[in-house]
Amino acid sequence: MPPRIQIISILICVFLVSYVFELVRRKHLSEEYSMGWLITGTLMLILSVSEGALKWVSGLVGATLFTSTLFFFGLLFLMVICLHFSIRISALTKQVRTLTQHVGILDHEKKVLERKIHQPPWQTGTSSLEQI
Amino acid sequence: MKTLSPFKSQALPQRESAVIQEDDIAETFSYQEPLTKKPKILIIIPAYNEEKNIGSVLEGIQKQSPGFPILVINDGSSDNTEKIALEHNAEVISLPYNSGYGVALQTGFLYAIKNNFSIVVQMDSDGQHDPENIKDLLEEIQKENCDVVIGSRFLSAASYKTSLARHAGMLLFGNIASLICGQKVTDPTSGFQALKGRAIQFAASDNYPPDYPDADFIILMKRCGFKIKEIPVTMHASPNKESMHHGHKTIYYVFKMFLSIFVTLLRKSPKR
Repeated sequence: MPPRIQIISILICVFLVSYVFELVRRKHLSEEYSMGWLITGTLMLILSVSEGALKWVSGLVGATLFTSTLFFFGLLFLMVICLHFSIRISALTKQVRTLTQHVGILDHEKKVLERKIHQPPWQTGTSSLEQI
Repeated sequence: MKTLSPFKSQALPQRESAVIQEDDIAETFSYQEPLTKKPKILIIIPAYNEEKNIGSVLEGIQKQSPGFPILVINDGSSDNTEKIALEHNAEVISLPYNSGYGVALQTGFLYAIKNNFSIVVQMDSDGQHDPENIKDLLEEIQKENCDVVIGSRFLSAASYKTSLARHAGMLLFGNIASLICGQKVTDPTSGFQALKGRAIQFAASDNYPPDYPDADFIILMKRCGFKIKEIPVTMHASPNKESMHHGHKTIYYVFKMFLSIFVTLLRKSPKR
């Protein structure tokens, strides 16, 4: 691997790993989501530093250029993390939906109770549901 | 000294007292078979920015089916939908933001279960559905061997005018649903339906499609053993609104429907 791309690759990986640690320290990123980034950053760093490891992995995936191996694993990681985030977003959307429904129903029940409390005793329910 | 508030000594009615039980708040809603033989009927109407139509729809229902409780689910409208519905003596559940037709509708089902309604009639707020047909839906749903009644615009003698693409979509998914269900489904997109008992609980569960409950949900219900019937209803063209499936949403709708039907067939049928 040409030394220039090797240095750039090492610098990027070191920056990524350090930045992820900093984000976790500042509580801008949860430990759960930092794991994937840290593992990938470390693996990419190992591949960038050790030419022997990179050669072995390149042989394993059949890549003729070492840089292609780095790009291949970088892309693979991005695909996995995007899928993971899609799954998480789907779960969160579902949770927000359920919360929205419960908030709507609870708010309505609160209004019904408030109406009951503030209603003069000689008045019966005025809304259609209170008639039943 | 005599207390000024007469409510202090009064127990709240059963429905209200049920509202404040912790179990109800924490636990998922569960349907209980009503104790009385007389069915408790609720009409639910999801509405999003329908200030122009909601008043006349509610007046129509109150004229045709007086005495039935009406619940409007205001789906984060930015206009006066909620105010007009309240002025017309309907109960209103307002969702904090626009969540979509299916979510609004399901909120109505959750409410129905929580308050032990045994029959739910769902209809649209845009004036498409004729309140005169509510009694037909109720008559049919109260018969034995029927869990869901769908009001079909295509079984009625009056012709319903729609765009060619929309009609083709309805025909396609109607035929797919008919083939899988083993019974004729002419109007899978109809939002004019009546549901009874366990079918309401099923619609309030995770199985309900959150965006557009359509042919996929009919297929799922059929696979779970629910009895579905279609009856003719009159449907008017909506004067002030474009369809939910317009523009780029049409492409998503077709994709979603195919995918949803396909995975519904792949999944194990959930318990009723």
